[in-house]
Amino acid sequence: MIARLLAGAALAALTIGVASTGPALAQQGKLSGDMVKIGVLNDRSGLYADLGGEGSVIAARMAAEEFGNKILGKPIEIISADHQNKPDIGANLARQWIDQDGVDVIVDVPNSGVALAVQEVTKEKKKIFLMEGPATSRLTGDACSPTGFHWPYDTHALAVGTGQAMVKEGGDSWFFITADYAFGHQLEADTSVEVKKAGGKVVGSVKAPLNSADFSSFLLQAQASGAKIVGLANAGGDTITSIKQASEFGLTQGGQQKLAGLLIFLSDVHALGLQVAQDLVLTTGFYWDRDDESRAWSKKFFDRYGKMPTMVQAGSYSAVRHYLKAIEAAGTDDGPAVAAKMKEMPVNDMFAKNGTILPNGRMVHDMYLARVKKPSESKGAWDYYQILRTIPGKEAFASLEESGCKLPK
Amino acid sequence: MMGTIFGIPPQALFGQLLLGLINGSFYALLSLGLAVIFGMLNVINFAHGALYMMGAFVAWLLLTQLGIGYWWALLLAPLVVGLFGVVLEKTLLSRLYKLDHLYGLLLTFGLALIVEGAFRHQYGVSGQPYPIPDALKGGQNLGFMFLPNYRGWVVVASLIVCISTWIAIEKTKLGAYLRAATENPVLVQAFGINVPRMITLTYAFGVALAGLAGVLAAPIYQVSPLMGSNLIIVVFAVVVIGGMGSILGAVLTGYGLGLLEGLTKVFYPEASNIVVFVIMAVVLMIKPAGLFGRER
Repeated sequence: MIARLLAGAALAALTIGVASTGPALAQQGKLSGDMVKIGVLNDRSGLYADLGGEGSVIAARMAAEEFGNKILGKPIEIISADHQNKPDIGANLARQWIDQDGVDVIVDVPNSGVALAVQEVTKEKKKIFLMEGPATSRLTGDACSPTGFHWPYDTHALAVGTGQAMVKEGGDSWFFITADYAFGHQLEADTSVEVKKAGGKVVGSVKAPLNSADFSSFLLQAQASGAKIVGLANAGGDTITSIKQASEFGLTQGGQQKLAGLLIFLSDVHALGLQVAQDLVLTTGFYWDRDDESRAWSKKFFDRYGKMPTMVQAGSYSAVRHYLKAIEAAGTDDGPAVAAKMKEMPVNDMFAKNGTILPNGRMVHDMYLARVKKPSESKGAWDYYQILRTIPGKEAFASLEESGCKLPK
Repeated sequence: MMGTIFGIPPQALFGQLLLGLINGSFYALLSLGLAVIFGMLNVINFAHGALYMMGAFVAWLLLTQLGIGYWWALLLAPLVVGLFGVVLEKTLLSRLYKLDHLYGLLLTFGLALIVEGAFRHQYGVSGQPYPIPDALKGGQNLGFMFLPNYRGWVVVASLIVCISTWIAIEKTKLGAYLRAATENPVLVQAFGINVPRMITLTYAFGVALAGLAGVLAAPIYQVSPLMGSNLIIVVFAVVVIGGMGSILGAVLTGYGLGLLEGLTKVFYPEASNIVVFVIMAVVLMIKPAGLFGRER
């Protein structure tokens, strides 16, 4: 009894103490390892290297520089590594970074498979995980984490944006060419739901192995299906090849069939060239030529990287910036404390206006439905998108209830 | 409506077979070069994919930097790649002939990684677009499918190259020297023939074929640093199935497996990138020297 009373008193004293010394702690800078160490973990050599890669590292650096590379009087350090698109390598690197190298936050991690593995590690270690590269909505669904944040887009938003828009324009029958792994399956499933919701139907699909060199066979099957829309539920190099070969085989020339690229990055359009990519409809979380603020930032990014930012790279900047602001506000880099602050504060920067973060870590912000310009409409390099519609964040992303995320209380 | 074959309308099946033939053309061209090199030099040239990629990049550089178009690239790119091959053979490969095959394989594998890494560093992984030449734009409606003119050209070009290479090696005097030199280099040298130079030129020819395939591939695929490594493993399987060093075997197997892969993409697409390896395993168990290979 006495012990319990004492414990209660001690707890109360502690709470009061923390409450009163909070600001004082912030001034001292209570940071683990006396610094904030940011680890950018992504594909630096494979098929997803151009959409994130070194560009995401530069973006993170630009965020740190806004703080003068110092936070709470201590230095910010940024390191990076290549996960080679292998979940085991990604998870091992994350573990080593956190356990031995004192890394406080992991950034980017494209490839849904790797991201799901790293999410498990950061969840266990209570470290912040800022996801810009991966697509699957499971990261804020059944695989959510209290310290995980999903930033620029996800399969749900892509499905809502492109799926609904195409059906509204009369594309009410769909055939999918799907990348045969977790991400492709999820994207096809999410899009099918939206297509049916909007009154369309799915007439068939074909699962193409990841990294296929030739899509003509799958395209021919899509042609034979008679569907009005051929949905490409793939990414990166696979999307580039399928679009290029669709144009070669005259898939869209007759006007009966249209291509819907469900996940297309600015780097893909740049690689394809407007001649081939023209008139594709796509959904994106960011476009550099949106307003003065995004143009100014992207110009700075371009001067350092030689390419305009993809939504993954711009998102890396935004997420790291928000994270650092949350450390300032919380006065510590302790994972759960920073996560709580991040969810309290709105996201306002060149990437997002009045973005909010759901308890499951989903950053809700406006998405954009865009059309790739014809060569004659483009004013020059990187003038690629015409924004057709702004999709309000609430419409694009699943609500907490819909997501299926169950967070421990 | 006509009947169906295993649930697939015959028109669709013809289309898929034709596509298989087109892909088979690339397999045939690449495995031909590998077979020539292995047959004459006993080197397993793992750098073949990287050199194929290099051929495509040379074509792209010629076009974007010098304004030299596709038809000249068909000639120039293989020459450039062939010259690169001469340098490789003279400075590196020639030192390894006395050693086990494994050393040649390891050296060329390392070279492939270096070449690919250098291009990746310079140009990124998404690749560069290369337009189809004007003369071959558009396509023919064959009734059962739309055949792009360019793909038709690829089949024709690859057939011409494969057949003339086979004739040159099996039916000409030069080819006879080459074959003799692989059997017994010392004796052939005793007849006053410069065997080392012949070997160098053979290697150059083999990799020039890879460069040519690269130029042919450039308008179809993205000109990308990864394009070689995506293809090379399949091509190795083709050579193993055909029989290491058998030129006819490599060509026929190339087309045959292209067709088979095309069919797999219709009936069970998920397996389309492993079907070649399944066949390889079966062939190795039944006929370890390959379908057209000789036991040594």
